[in-house]
Amino acid sequence: MLPDTLGHFVISNDLFFGGRFVPETLMVALLELEDVYAKAKEDKKFQDELTYYLRAYAGRPTSLYFAKRLTEKLGGARIYLKREDLLHTGAHKINNTLGQVLLTKQMGKPRIIAETGAGQHGVATATAAAMFGLECEVYMGCEDIERQSLNVFRMKLLGAKVNPVDSGSKTLKDAINEALRDWVTNVRTTHYIIGSVVGPHPYPMMVRDFQSIIGQEAKSQILEIERRLPDCLIACVGGGSNSMGLFYPFYEESKVRFIGVEAGGEGIETGRHSASLGSGNVGALHGSLSYVLQDANGQIIPTHSVSAGLDYPGVGPEHSYYKDTGRAEYVSVTDKEALNSFQLLARLEGIIPALESAHAIAYATKLAPTMDKDKIIVVCLSGRGDKDVQTVSKILEE
Amino acid sequence: MNRIDETFIRLREKGETALIPYLMVGYPDLETTGKLVLGFEKAGADIIELGVPFSDPIADGPIIQLASEQALKNGVSLTDVLSLANNLRQQTTIPLVLMTYYNPVFAYGIEKFVRDAITNGVDGVIVPDLPPEEASLLEKVACEAGLSCIFLLTPTSPPERMRLISQHSTGFIYYVSVTGITGIRKMVCEDTGEYIRQLRLVTQQPIGVGFGISSPEHVAQISSIADAAIVGSAIVSLITNHLGEHNLIEKTSQFVAELKKATY
Repeated sequence: MLPDTLGHFVISNDLFFGGRFVPETLMVALLELEDVYAKAKEDKKFQDELTYYLRAYAGRPTSLYFAKRLTEKLGGARIYLKREDLLHTGAHKINNTLGQVLLTKQMGKPRIIAETGAGQHGVATATAAAMFGLECEVYMGCEDIERQSLNVFRMKLLGAKVNPVDSGSKTLKDAINEALRDWVTNVRTTHYIIGSVVGPHPYPMMVRDFQSIIGQEAKSQILEIERRLPDCLIACVGGGSNSMGLFYPFYEESKVRFIGVEAGGEGIETGRHSASLGSGNVGALHGSLSYVLQDANGQIIPTHSVSAGLDYPGVGPEHSYYKDTGRAEYVSVTDKEALNSFQLLARLEGIIPALESAHAIAYATKLAPTMDKDKIIVVCLSGRGDKDVQTVSKILEE
Repeated sequence: MNRIDETFIRLREKGETALIPYLMVGYPDLETTGKLVLGFEKAGADIIELGVPFSDPIADGPIIQLASEQALKNGVSLTDVLSLANNLRQQTTIPLVLMTYYNPVFAYGIEKFVRDAITNGVDGVIVPDLPPEEASLLEKVACEAGLSCIFLLTPTSPPERMRLISQHSTGFIYYVSVTGITGIRKMVCEDTGEYIRQLRLVTQQPIGVGFGISSPEHVAQISSIADAAIVGSAIVSLITNHLGEHNLIEKTSQFVAELKKATY
């Protein structure tokens, strides 16, 4: 079972990913969280309660939809979409926030904080906080506040305080820095709901487990519809929570290909991208060792993506493990390709995907035509695109 | 025994508390940092903490964040910090301790870092995002080379972590007096004395107190309970206030002298 008790995904004697690279102030909170989570995982009452909220409140299970017109247009493998965009709040993020809010209640902490890039995790956290009556503050980079203003307003409506982060690149990375500083200061009363499979142990493992519902459902759904496993799973990777959630339940099915799609931004060759796995080096960022976009001196470098949720220089440690062990392949698509797929899916299937998810669609449109018609691809449609409509309309006008 | 251990023994004999001022290397520029170190030594500083700039300093408040950002704009890297140490070592025997986040050290290579730190006259290292659980390689190499590996304890660390960190830390133990990040604060947290009394029960090592220690009054308070007072943001902020003035070094060294007086 991965990771080991220290939260290490071990590659060799000299290399592992994950761990707990955090200030001492947080160590006790992380150890407590690890303990509370380990108990909750085995506790039927906790799992039943989580299942109840996922079904009755969030709208699980989500459908596995055969994208007929997209498949016909591409003329290759059959494409299924795992419709996480249909969930309450509009993305897969709610799977994790409901789990972590329930843990927060168990720990007896009255306040939660979160970081957000695209705003989806912030909205999901604010939503769960509102439902459970917890105080909630969300950190968001100033640049993201501008490009995802709709989600900022949603969070405020839900009663959360949105704290603009003006430091560094003013995006997701800096929002996490500021949330960590808040947590270091208020750790006694506050739980930090990290929104992806990143951060110090136990977050990458715990968020993976909460998101694994995506892959579990997809597995039984495809078996029911097609009577067999898919040939390939495709999902976008920023921090990597929707992709890990889809991949993980298929880990032992070695014939199922995993493809993670990173944000190629303006093109890898331009340096303006967010492909940590594709062109990063191993380093420590936000509490764990993983692939990181950094310079030769170990300074984290600015990233770019049209999609705020993928605009991040790090990635979850388990993805780094999948990369180095060859379990998953990681590719990238550009802003432009993602924008094209954003429109393509809208026109062919009547589904407006989040710009993040449009990256996964974009790669599927490249791959499907190269595969036989009897092959099956499952794409994680991690979120809906309402939040991106303004951004996209602005870009298309230009 | 290295220069840090010697300093604590000497001060203990004199009944004095060590004053450890912090500087962000490369803020406002490398040359000034060098001059400030020498000025601080003259003003009575006992050990100097040299901050290595990092793009994502999660344990630091706005004052040091800003200094770090500026140092990075000046192109300062860990290599520059080590050559500054080398340069200073030609002129002074004051112990030099690097305060650096883990990633610059990891990118440099841990073995190479320890080797070069020792060669360039560095005496110890503090890595605020590296708890002992993740430090085994650094500790092993540092111990062999004689580089002190200083670990931090915080108000949230329970007795079992007091013992853990006492066993791992060499040179001294860095007690973070606040639950929070670096910055100027009005008062020394009132639980500090009690925590240190508990800590003394499990360790013979010198104990330094930092984070929020901002004035001669604070230093005097720390002196009555600990072996070292560490002052960072208050000094960096003073540098910011006197940027571009011809008497920057004089002014900040004068503040250091006042802080040192409070340790007698």
